[in-house]
Amino acid sequence: MSQVINSRGYPSQQELRNAPGYPSQERLEKGPVVAIECIEEIPCNPCEQACPQHAITIGTPITNCPHLDEDKCIGCGLCVSQCPGLAIFLIDLTHSQGSASVAFPYEYLPLPKEGQTVCAVNRAGEPVCSGTVVRVQNPKRNDRTPVVTVAVPCKYATQVRGILRSRR
Amino acid sequence: MREVDLAVVGAGPAGLTAAIEGAKRGCSTVVLDMNPHPGGQLIKQIHKFFGSREHRAGTRGIEIADTLFHEAESTGVEVMVRAEVYAIHDSTLEVAQTFGEDSPILPSKEATTSHSRSLSIVARRIVLAMGGAENALNFPGWTLPGVMGAGAAQTMINLWRVLPGERILMVGAGNVGLIVSYQLMQAGGEVVAVIEATPRIGGYGVHAAKISRAGVPILTSHTIVGASGESRVERAVIAKVDPSWRIVPGSEEELEVDTICIAVGLRPNARLASLAGCKLHYSPSLGGWVPIHNSRMETTVPRIYIAGDLSGVEEASTALEEGRLAGICAAASLSKERAGDPEEIKAIEQRLLSLRSGPFCQRRQDAKQELIGIAETQCPK
Amino acid sequence: MRVIHHPILGDLPEVRQVKIWVDGKEIAARKGEPIAAAIAANGTKIHRYTTRREEPRGVFCGIGQCTDCVMVVNGVPNVRTCITPVTEGMTVETQHGAGRGGR
Repeated sequence: MSQVINSRGYPSQQELRNAPGYPSQERLEKGPVVAIECIEEIPCNPCEQACPQHAITIGTPITNCPHLDEDKCIGCGLCVSQCPGLAIFLIDLTHSQGSASVAFPYEYLPLPKEGQTVCAVNRAGEPVCSGTVVRVQNPKRNDRTPVVTVAVPCKYATQVRGILRSRR
Repeated sequence: MREVDLAVVGAGPAGLTAAIEGAKRGCSTVVLDMNPHPGGQLIKQIHKFFGSREHRAGTRGIEIADTLFHEAESTGVEVMVRAEVYAIHDSTLEVAQTFGEDSPILPSKEATTSHSRSLSIVARRIVLAMGGAENALNFPGWTLPGVMGAGAAQTMINLWRVLPGERILMVGAGNVGLIVSYQLMQAGGEVVAVIEATPRIGGYGVHAAKISRAGVPILTSHTIVGASGESRVERAVIAKVDPSWRIVPGSEEELEVDTICIAVGLRPNARLASLAGCKLHYSPSLGGWVPIHNSRMETTVPRIYIAGDLSGVEEASTALEEGRLAGICAAASLSKERAGDPEEIKAIEQRLLSLRSGPFCQRRQDAKQELIGIAETQCPK
Repeated sequence: MRVIHHPILGDLPEVRQVKIWVDGKEIAARKGEPIAAAIAANGTKIHRYTTRREEPRGVFCGIGQCTDCVMVVNGVPNVRTCITPVTEGMTVETQHGAGRGGR
């Protein structure tokens, strides 16, 4: 069983690189692709059914970690809101010149607004850089799991996993 | 006095599925629950569930409660809420029931006579599914108002929509501690820290990651030293513990909090089972004292079956499966025709086995096997 | 504090208000909610004082199991406030010891 995630609360870069659901650097550079940060063997498989491209496989037993076929993934992001663990992120290093986009589930109020400048945080919740909200999507099929996309400098794309919440 | 084929105690995921399977097989079935709403703990589980499609993974617990209740009603199950079973002797369940959403339990003598009644139900088969109860944790100041079970806080925010405090310390980093921390933030609270006495986070990494990126520190090898305040919690002192659980001198840290939530595990709520005469076995992996049961979920008392967290603290998904199994087996024991397709039981057992694989759940499978082994010598044949 | 807006549960639905008296003070409660929720929404945390040491107690288990949250309701002591719903005009008093009400 993994070590770092159990003592710290979030996976290390090393643990992610070894995970079957995390895309390679080469694939990341080609354009939008999901990063499945689910590295423990837990009984769960909705992501497998969420992918219209059949790019995610869990199989039997249900405790297998999700495997991403990075060539099949077209970066549609449909799986992001379907993961009960909120552990899937959509990363696009080709978002625009010099900036990448990161999409993540965000089940808090208030929701950020498109165009808003936000403080992007890493897996530990620490501020990393400032970002711009590109999209806030919450269609019915998301079942109340809004997906927020922020644009951040490319070099932070593999670190940014959320935004600082504004206090109500 | 009422007579039924099957009486189920507890309208959570295990109880409702047991009742549905019983009713589907032609049993007159009644479910008794002390709470005002059916659904057990599902009614405050606002997160999307794990598991597979059979276990309605990806659906929020609150919706699963609704679906199960409607399925139960449409199969002819009678669900009685605010109905507390206080004794079971032989085939008779003694029930105290109060009526209507405005009816208090025992607020005055008038209400006692006009809004509540006691009744006896004689059941040919009984399925007990009373779920689990939260463990408490003793430390100086633990009785101060503001110290509460994580489940209590979850009930307050998600069912009654009241935030019990604004700055919260969560004690325990199992799934309950992690999930309730997340939900306290969704309700507008601030979780100052999650502390965990063992060196590792017990809950799923994805739940931990969710609150980590929200900026909540999860401090492993940390314990609570005490809580203090004038008539209510105003601060907590936490400290590091060494591998032999001793507090590391000088590591104490004071946190300004108004609420301390305790999430140090659940135990099977086995009191009624014990009262009914079911023999118990101590199984740490299953949460403590568990009624001994065989692979058909039957206890050491003939005609009494169990399911869900009462038969060992696990997940809602396993509770749904165990409930089905108990319902089918209870119905089948009444008459052969009710047994239905034997493949159905095999399929449930297969799914349970799958849910109990992997590093998180294997020890539960082992503990269940141990119980079943004990049951072979103690349960009715 | 009431949770008025919620990302998953939506806005708090409007329900009929029920007036209850807590230690002589009138407070507005929501129909169907337990006494403990109504008084927590009004910031009250102390439900009772223990018999011997007069120590304060509040909600602990929230599901009717531990009896830490009992109060004197309509003159009847030891009522579990976490599972007893409010009714119009109900009187609720901080409990002292095994049954004496009042502040």
